[in-house]
Amino acid sequence: MSIRMRISPAGDVLDVKALIRHPMESGNREDKSTGEKIPANYIQKLMVMVNGETVMDGNLSEAVSKNPYLNIKVPGAKGDEVKISWTSNTGESDEAAQSA
Amino acid sequence: MQTKRRVFLKGSLAASAAGLAVGAGLLSPRTVLASEWPTAAFDATKMDAGLNELFGSADAADSGDVSVKAPDIAENGAVVPVTVESSIADANQVAIFVSKNPTPLVASFDLTGANPFVSTRIRMGETDNVTGVVNSGGKLYKASKEVKVTIGGCGG
Repeated sequence: MSIRMRISPAGDVLDVKALIRHPMESGNREDKSTGEKIPANYIQKLMVMVNGETVMDGNLSEAVSKNPYLNIKVPGAKGDEVKISWTSNTGESDEAAQSA
Repeated sequence: MQTKRRVFLKGSLAASAAGLAVGAGLLSPRTVLASEWPTAAFDATKMDAGLNELFGSADAADSGDVSVKAPDIAENGAVVPVTVESSIADANQVAIFVSKNPTPLVASFDLTGANPFVSTRIRMGETDNVTGVVNSGGKLYKASKEVKVTIGGCGG
């Protein structure tokens, strides 16, 4: 699991591109070797904070592609800290922070 | 009906607990825990029902102030790049729907400072419209873009 971020400051806005490593299993796929269903395992909550303040509270589903990519524009300037955190339907979570 | 009441009670209990925590100074208002994942909206199998569960209304007006960018043709429905953007002032929610997917709501974003701009990659089961919906003060605005899908991305 990892979260990679690229942050480009533009005026009073930070352009944030994030790539999250996650299988986003829908629960509909079968394991081809065993024929058993692979249990659903996907990110549900995705939070974005700038300097500790929540600027976006996201809800994802199994219809978001594997290894979710997200490009958003948040308020901030060079030096501000952007933090992204997620929680999955299985209760797993991860977070990463980076300065603009 | 009974289950809905349970869900409601559970939600209000959680909300009041959060309220107490804020009151006690345990949490600052802007860093309050994430809102609950809207299960009913994501479970809805019709787009109107999903809109109703998410926004409390399915009455979304077509608007030139919402733009949806997506490819005309997607060879692989498992990875369809989509961008939803709006110039509507005070937009506080953005949602992405694919009406023919088994559950049409793909994602929703509550904006508490972020611009109404979301670019991501989604799964589409078949040729369909991708619809971006923007909520501004309880009024819903939408725009759609058709994507022809060669190989669906939902099964596997």
